[in-house]
Amino acid sequence: MNTEHTKTPDKASSLKTSIEPVIEIINLKKSFASQEVLVNVSLKLFNGENLVVLGKSGSGKSVLIKCIVGLLQSDGGTINIFDKNVTELNRDELGKLREKIGFLFQSGALYDSMTVKQNLDFPLRRIKKNLSEEERGEKINEVLETVGLADALNKMPSQLSGGMRKRISLARTIVVDPMIMLYDEPTTGLDPVTSDEISLLINEVQKKYKTSSIIITHDIECARNTADRVIMLQDGEVYQEGNLELFEKSDDELIKSFFK
Amino acid sequence: MTSNGIIKLKKINPAIKVKGFATKQSIRLSEKTIAKTQAANNFLTDFSDVILFLLRVVKETFSRDFEFKEFFRQCFHIGYKSLPLISVTGAIIGLVLTIQSRPALVNFGAVTMLPGMVAVSLIREMGPVITALICAGKIGSGMGAELGSMKVTEQIEAMEVSSTNPMRFLVVTRVLAATIMIPILILYADALGILGSWVGANIKGDVSFVLFFSQAFHHIDFMDFLPAVIKSFFFGAVIGLVGCYKGYNAGRGTESVGIAANSAVVLASLLVIILDVIAVQITDMLM
Repeated sequence: MNTEHTKTPDKASSLKTSIEPVIEIINLKKSFASQEVLVNVSLKLFNGENLVVLGKSGSGKSVLIKCIVGLLQSDGGTINIFDKNVTELNRDELGKLREKIGFLFQSGALYDSMTVKQNLDFPLRRIKKNLSEEERGEKINEVLETVGLADALNKMPSQLSGGMRKRISLARTIVVDPMIMLYDEPTTGLDPVTSDEISLLINEVQKKYKTSSIIITHDIECARNTADRVIMLQDGEVYQEGNLELFEKSDDELIKSFFK
Repeated sequence: MTSNGIIKLKKINPAIKVKGFATKQSIRLSEKTIAKTQAANNFLTDFSDVILFLLRVVKETFSRDFEFKEFFRQCFHIGYKSLPLISVTGAIIGLVLTIQSRPALVNFGAVTMLPGMVAVSLIREMGPVITALICAGKIGSGMGAELGSMKVTEQIEAMEVSSTNPMRFLVVTRVLAATIMIPILILYADALGILGSWVGANIKGDVSFVLFFSQAFHHIDFMDFLPAVIKSFFFGAVIGLVGCYKGYNAGRGTESVGIAANSAVVLASLLVIILDVIAVQITDMLM
């Protein structure tokens, strides 16, 4: 691991001293058969920050956030979210914890058989059980306005473009007021203009809903637009950690190949 | 392949100096042993996966927060939306059975036995098995493809992170709906089959609707219905379970959706036939 960041005081180090982490990962390991995907990953996500995790395809970025949310079982290490170790939680406890976490999937993962409204109502009626139908409707309209698609309420996912699907998927994620957002390649497959719009939306969500986010990406523009702090993964390990400026000025060949 | 065999053997036990003593025959034998062991291992893994899946379905069925709305939606989807197909096939089975059987019965002067014969064969065997096979094709493949595509497009994972148990929401509702709706479809197919038989009987003869049906039901008793209905529930459960298992455990690529749908139909059809043989043997012993 490159330790350049430890020499340079940055926003991250100031966060470390002032705020408790909402997610703390210690020595996380994950393998598929004989292939080690995550070797020894340790990181912290601090309250209110956008942490961008960069890395080449196959570097273990998506596996990392799937381990965080318990979709994949880690082989070793600790994942503490709000001081609860995800690896030791039972199904019900994990379900409770997931209510505080929003996960934006790479593909959007909208339910094909449901309209946009039903897609948004699905997690809402399960997580916010105390809300009446009218209140749920208001909440759905509010988040659709946030993502700029208030008129898509009764459309089917098949009627939406790639960018619209991402926005609706984001709306479905924030509709339950999560405290942590996990974005898996939020701009992959989108044109540069739509990518920028999604990046701005990520910042807007952070400000409006006071979320702490991990953004998995290999899109440098997305990282530039959203990152408070950056971690680069390489071969399943943390290769570099620091603020964006540190990465932009780095002489390391691998980092330069990303930030050229 | 020989060098591969050496590599595999060295992986199992690096201390073995294979090149030093092994003949070609012993290496081939080792390769075959490894292949057979892997095949057996895969089979046992698959089998244990199926058992675990079944146990999870049973456990989730009796857990709290049953998804009633989705269950009724699936009942509508499996039952009501299958009616046109089941209606046509049910009526045609009865019609064809009558047209094929009539000449032989006429030769023996037993044409009055036609309604009873057709009704008994439809209710005991033809109706349940043919309807179940059609349902395996329509419903089993539909479940395999739907859940498979949901898996590929991360919709199942999205459900899981939305604090929804996908097993309870997707699998339990579908399996239960199939278990309940397929026997109803089978009874409906039986009724339409007898109606089709009456139409068939009137192509070359002249028999009234009331007379035909009274003749048909005269030859049927409760013990013709009961085993058929019981095995229909098993057919429904197997079709639902296999369709959901194949879809839920589909691979990651789009190709796996087709594989899930196809293998769901093949396995469900095969299991329906095997279950039928077992059911017939048990009924035969008990009666």
